[in-house]
Amino acid sequence: MDEGRARRRGVSPRLWLAGGWLLLALLAAIFAPLVAPQDPLAQDLMLERLPPFWMNGAEPGYWLGTDSLGRDLLSRLIFGGRIAFIVAFSAAVAACLVGSTLGLIAGYFGGWADRIISRVVDVWMAFPPVLFAILLVAVLGTGLSSVILAIAIIDWTRFCRVIRAETMGQSRMDYVENARIAGYGRIGIMLREVLPNVVPSIVALLSLEMGIAVIVEAILSFVNLSISTDDPTWGGIIAEGRLSIHQAWWVLVFPLITLILTVLSFSQFGEALKTRFDPVLR
Amino acid sequence: MSACLDIRDLSAVLPNGQRVLRSVSLSVQPGEVRALVGESGAGKTMIGKAVLGVLPSSVRIVEGDMLLEGEDLGKLQPKARRTLIGARTALIPQDPLTALNPSRRIGSQMTDRLVRILGWSGEKADTRIRQLLDEVQIRDPDRVLKSYPHELSGGMRQRVLIAAAFAAEPRLIVADEPTTALDVTVQKQILRLIVQLQREHGTAILFVTHDLGVVAKISQRVSVLYAGKVVEEADTAALFAAPQHPYTRALMAATPRYTDPFASLKPVDEAVLAGLASEIAAADQAWRRPHG
Ligand SMILES: Nc1ncnc2c1ncn2[C@@H]1O[C@H](COP(=O)(O)OP(=O)(O)OP(=O)(O)O)[C@@H](O)[C@H]1O
Ligand SMILES: [Mg+2]
Repeated sequence: MDEGRARRRGVSPRLWLAGGWLLLALLAAIFAPLVAPQDPLAQDLMLERLPPFWMNGAEPGYWLGTDSLGRDLLSRLIFGGRIAFIVAFSAAVAACLVGSTLGLIAGYFGGWADRIISRVVDVWMAFPPVLFAILLVAVLGTGLSSVILAIAIIDWTRFCRVIRAETMGQSRMDYVENARIAGYGRIGIMLREVLPNVVPSIVALLSLEMGIAVIVEAILSFVNLSISTDDPTWGGIIAEGRLSIHQAWWVLVFPLITLILTVLSFSQFGEALKTRFDPVLR
Repeated sequence: MSACLDIRDLSAVLPNGQRVLRSVSLSVQPGEVRALVGESGAGKTMIGKAVLGVLPSSVRIVEGDMLLEGEDLGKLQPKARRTLIGARTALIPQDPLTALNPSRRIGSQMTDRLVRILGWSGEKADTRIRQLLDEVQIRDPDRVLKSYPHELSGGMRQRVLIAAAFAAEPRLIVADEPTTALDVTVQKQILRLIVQLQREHGTAILFVTHDLGVVAKISQRVSVLYAGKVVEEADTAALFAAPQHPYTRALMAATPRYTDPFASLKPVDEAVLAGLASEIAAADQAWRRPHG
């Protein structure tokens, strides 16, 4: 039994792969000026639409080729990762704080607090999220902070709904009743007894939400509603790549792969973390 | 000497006006084991929850008093009531798995209460907890204290909860079917432990069960509950020697005996149930009249 536990406590391949990719992408983004082979904004019409390194006509130093303005694709992806990760972390954390807090309150206290919060969530979720995001950015104005704010404003409901349901389940457990009999205060019970039991779900959702934020940011960039057009973003690169799909497929395909890998990794990483955090599954 | 727990004419209703407790009166003397017996849905758990102040929000007490060591719980402010209940009572629950917090180690759960609610020092609490674990015959306290609840067997968990219940020296323990969730071989050990600790600590116990065999073994007095109404109350020996109420007799007849396990397994008699129904209807009517 101890051996089995030790194995389960060890890092699963899922955690390795997802975490590895995320770490790689994150480090590349942080140290972008050091690791990017080229200036991501430098245009050179002599070098336009260079293919990736294994194809005929590739240039050394331009590993994934260049776009129709002759800008290095790999460097643009690396720099685009900066905005992706900033948005992912800030928006997910903001959505998580708001949503989890309200979900905990609604689930634990029930009654009118729950009725109000649940009604707001229902109304909120009636809006199609992407349309909602576009609308919000149109109102808030483009820019990094508006994008972050828009994603948080839309997606706190995801945390709220899940955490409310989990908290309700936990609150019905006898250990909560036992704590009340012993004389603990309501808020103390919520924070000390119930919260630790919903943390695994919060962690999983947080990671998932980071992936979703990456997608939403990409969509907003794609429709040109995100950050200033100069800084490369994954969505922006995809939008440009779509225009030259017949001449240079790589400008579309590589950012798509990057995006999908990142989003998948976030969700897998979250699931793997959840099982590690959960004392019963662990 | 005043009773440890004195419940007088306690009635509680559901939102639809239906009574779940029907003028229940019941007292537990200091140091005695009072059994509360009745079939499923009779309201045994409800009485325990009323005493401990954790009734579900849909259930409302509409009448009656509960005195804990002479203090009228209904007359106390909520905070004072919580403090009193927390200091004088404890619960040994039915399901030892859900009664422990799955994400906290046993040790921290057990000491936490002594430290944070009663203000003991961590060292004193730890010593106390180890002493209690020894009393419930847990031989490897270090391992148990470090464990999470799911790492222990059901019997071990219930031992832990018994130790926790006695740790703060409550005057009254409510034991709500504490052996139902355990397998038969463990049930006996747990019962024996509860009785042993109860004697050593002089704690009064309100022992909820649907098992007359258990009643006979451990209690001094017994109340028989049906549909939220106490239909009979007696010394345990007297009850078994000469049950007065037809329902009590039927319940005894329905309890399997080792000598003839199959013959005695019969449901409660139709006529008895009909009699009970009219008895309860009459009681409800008599109760409704003055209460509008
Ligand atoms: N949360 C609740 N809200 C409303 N009614 C309830 C609630 N819980 C229980 N009841 C009802 O109250 C009555 C008494 O239930 P209680 O749980 O006290 O029975 P019990 O004697 O403990 O039965 P068991 O042996 O099954 O534990 C039942 O009719 C039950 O349907
Ligand atoms: Mg019950």
